[in-house]
Amino acid sequence: MLKDQDRIFKNLYNDMGSDVVSAQSRGDWVNTKEITNKGREWIINEIKDSQLRGRGGAGFPTGLKWSFAPKEVGSRPHYLVINGDESEPGTCKDRDILRFEPHKLIEGCLIASYAVQAHVCYIYIRGEYFVDGQKLQAAIDEAYEKKLLGKNAAGTGWDLDIYIHYGAGAYICGEETALLESIEGKKGQPRLKPPFPALVGLYGCPTIINNVETIAVVPTILRRGGKWFASLGREKNTGTKIFCISGNVNTPCNVEEEMNIPLKELIEVHAGGVIGGWDNLQAVIPGGSSMPLIPKEKCETLTMDFDSLMAEKSGLGTAGIVVINKDQDIIKCMARIARFYKHESCGQCTPCREGSGWMWRMLERMAKGDATKDEVEMLGDVTNQIAGHTICAFGEGSSWPVQGLLRHFKKEIEKRNNLDPIVQKKNNIPYLVDQHLLDKKNA
Amino acid sequence: MSLRRPAKNQPENFEFNSSSLAAANKILSKYPEGKQQSAVMALLYIAQRQNDNWIPLAAMKYVAKFLDMPYIKVYEVATFYTMYNLSPVGKHFIQVCTTTPCMIRGAGKLVEACKEKISENECELSSDKSCSWMEVECLGACVNAPMMQINDDYYEDLDKEKTLKILDKILKGETPEPGSYRGRINNEPENNRKTLMDYKNA
Repeated sequence: MLKDQDRIFKNLYNDMGSDVVSAQSRGDWVNTKEITNKGREWIINEIKDSQLRGRGGAGFPTGLKWSFAPKEVGSRPHYLVINGDESEPGTCKDRDILRFEPHKLIEGCLIASYAVQAHVCYIYIRGEYFVDGQKLQAAIDEAYEKKLLGKNAAGTGWDLDIYIHYGAGAYICGEETALLESIEGKKGQPRLKPPFPALVGLYGCPTIINNVETIAVVPTILRRGGKWFASLGREKNTGTKIFCISGNVNTPCNVEEEMNIPLKELIEVHAGGVIGGWDNLQAVIPGGSSMPLIPKEKCETLTMDFDSLMAEKSGLGTAGIVVINKDQDIIKCMARIARFYKHESCGQCTPCREGSGWMWRMLERMAKGDATKDEVEMLGDVTNQIAGHTICAFGEGSSWPVQGLLRHFKKEIEKRNNLDPIVQKKNNIPYLVDQHLLDKKNA
Repeated sequence: MSLRRPAKNQPENFEFNSSSLAAANKILSKYPEGKQQSAVMALLYIAQRQNDNWIPLAAMKYVAKFLDMPYIKVYEVATFYTMYNLSPVGKHFIQVCTTTPCMIRGAGKLVEACKEKISENECELSSDKSCSWMEVECLGACVNAPMMQINDDYYEDLDKEKTLKILDKILKGETPEPGSYRGRINNEPENNRKTLMDYKNA
């Protein structure tokens, strides 16, 4: 288990209060000026050395992302945008940072803004977290009062203003370009990339977008050194991470642990074990609902980091672990996730808008045992028609969980759904052909 | 996508009152000059708060004028984002999360409780017209599942009995205490905490 002294979020459970004085007693804001005095190059290199990867789901190296910002500020100002639209089912880590460790985030914003030369930072928070957003606003007000923000913030000589922008219940706004659209006052529909936001982002200006957790760990990394952070976890999967363990466990919780920790340790030690014992485990969704599930056999030895989960054809995503035990109907669970995606599709790309509904309806039928044998294959085909055929990664996000189900629980589906195909004849029939066009005898 | 339509009965006029107006002007100062369209989401929230938790078409027109942007753009935003209510909801607006992490911990029981206490169907006003409820997608409090949101507050770690008690209080016009209903502190593992113990005992 990670030593307490190596934990970054010491106030994760709010034992000490989130005000600026208690934050300073935990080491926040202590020597911000010294850090920025070392210069942009040093900060970006230190973050590169730490091998910090974005905590929002995609795991893109943070130092690299910052280095994409133009070196000189041209006619257009630079912006820093913080993504706190946490809406991935199974994930609730950013909420705790917003309400209990706001000063880590604010200080991180100052350092990151300095590194990418932004004078304005927008923090995008999902609308449902209104109360938590107000706590962050209170912390921002405190910081202004103490001259930690505004002109010559914290004595660094850098001017920074931070504003909160609330979302309004759209999951897709967690996608970075949809988030920018949303800040610009439009529907949250993702933009085509390239151009990437680092060059053409908010209001057409260079914009760096990072997750709340990514930015909140930055000050601690710079204080303790990139090498310290890189010494935790393993190569390219370094540092600590807040894991959210929910579902059928005895004590669901958020806990900060080292990367590459065994999944079984997380569940057995921190989450108090699976309800009904380890043998009652059915499957685990390792990284928020869009990551394919992992069946019990593989959970025995699985370690939690970006690359080892990728090797299992899943992903760490946001590290929202949903434990599903054998008392649950796995097809129903996935059908509910498919309904989530059907509800949240922004409607811009046809494969996703239509396909997410198809997947949901087919899975609902399969959960009831009303589907025909051939529909199992058809469902797999639908997922392949969505993934990779959309502007943003929502297409993958919605089809991966279904693909995961098909990969590991196909037998379960086939056992329940053994109705004969409506079309018996093995012609190569395209799916969208109307029934009356088919051979009448079999239709 | 979710299908969203404005209510049939629409008020003729809408105007910000003085406190809304002050709040709206404060919001405008957050965004660069000429980018006032950015404030549309915040202004729609202000309109919704002023107008008993829902946004009439008149308010969209008003916001469009206020920000000097086409009405259709405001309409797009108001219909795209699901937190803008396009038809009247209860003064106490109850949203029950039923996405998978909550579902497998018994969110269905919370829905049953809402059906018993408030109304048979979602988005329907209770008999005293003060409450309405609906199922929503993940509210981002998965380790505190099952949970629901009443207006701005989160009620966590619920079961059917606790939900019935909360709804009783709401129907009486009281505001029950938000947070965990199993007495645990925030997101810590209940009675099983193994980390940061020095801080807990400090």
